[in-house]
Amino acid sequence: MSLTNDYIKQRLVEKFGEELTSFEEPFGLLSFTAPAALNLKVMQFLYDDEELQFRFLTDLTAVHYPNQVGAELAVVYHLYNFREKVRLRLKIFVPVAAPKVFTATKLFESANWMERESYDFYGVEFVGHPNLKRILNVDEMTYFPMRKEFPLEDQTRVDKDDEMFGR
Amino acid sequence: MARPVQFNEKVKMVEIPKGYSGEGFFATTFDKAIGAARKNSIWPLPFATSCCGIEFMATAASHYDLARFGAERMAFTPRQCDLLMVMGTIAKKMGPVLRQVYLQMAEPRWVIAVGACASSGGVFDTYSVLQGIDQVIPVDVYVPGCPPRPEAILDGFMRIQELVGQESLRRRHSDRYKDLMNSYGIQ
Repeated sequence: MSLTNDYIKQRLVEKFGEELTSFEEPFGLLSFTAPAALNLKVMQFLYDDEELQFRFLTDLTAVHYPNQVGAELAVVYHLYNFREKVRLRLKIFVPVAAPKVFTATKLFESANWMERESYDFYGVEFVGHPNLKRILNVDEMTYFPMRKEFPLEDQTRVDKDDEMFGR
Repeated sequence: MARPVQFNEKVKMVEIPKGYSGEGFFATTFDKAIGAARKNSIWPLPFATSCCGIEFMATAASHYDLARFGAERMAFTPRQCDLLMVMGTIAKKMGPVLRQVYLQMAEPRWVIAVGACASSGGVFDTYSVLQGIDQVIPVDVYVPGCPPRPEAILDGFMRIQELVGQESLRRRHSDRYKDLMNSYGIQ
């Protein structure tokens, strides 16, 4: 029996009801949104269920939507079922003022570095992460560079002035 | 008597420094003699991090042949080298490493920044890239280009040779040099 998006959706709705929203299938990839507090419960269900078996975390990243007040930061999980070759995408939204998300490291070891990366670039605080510190940028960095509130250019430069570079 | 077969007729010799010569003696200053010796046997330390490094490989290979300038001896230990050739983008995280390499070099030491990235950050005007290596170490010669042609690297190298050949032996003890080092926090 092959695992269809409709069936996955049906099982999720049976289990979580109205909590899960925004079901869509762009390019055939089942995507939905969960409340931030439920991210682990949803993933645990997808992991443990004998039919669903989403036991591989393909990717974990964050997105900054500065215009969505109160839900500026999205954390996106890509899960994969190796047996049925099916993927799905789970999103949760948290406010940028208190970006606290439960860590997925207990479920997937691979989440460790990916959560550190999301913390490094977006400042998402993964509650319960064993070693939440910067992974790619210099430790002295005082901001989260991929958030859209920060300009892309390096502001420490003095030689690129307004006259020449329109700053 | 001329030898029947002659090799290496077109050997180019380095000019003798100015001085006084006579029957069986030649007198000049240490500055000039040591400068001439140094400038024609510079040991470069290639610090190549990206495409400029590829151009440097071409520069050092047979076609452009950096060996013509007495610099065929690349050494990958900073302690034996005279010239740090920084070629390529230096990320902020690489900055302390580059500085450490510079600190490990013995005086006298020279630095050449090859390419736009090493000189000014180049197109990488962004949070993760050092905006020119002169933010962490003093630089003697900048070579523009993205990446520079091997000819440009050779030109930069010859300018380094000029500096090396003309440098006063007292320069490294001067207050001005110490101030320069202090401005980089190097004792």
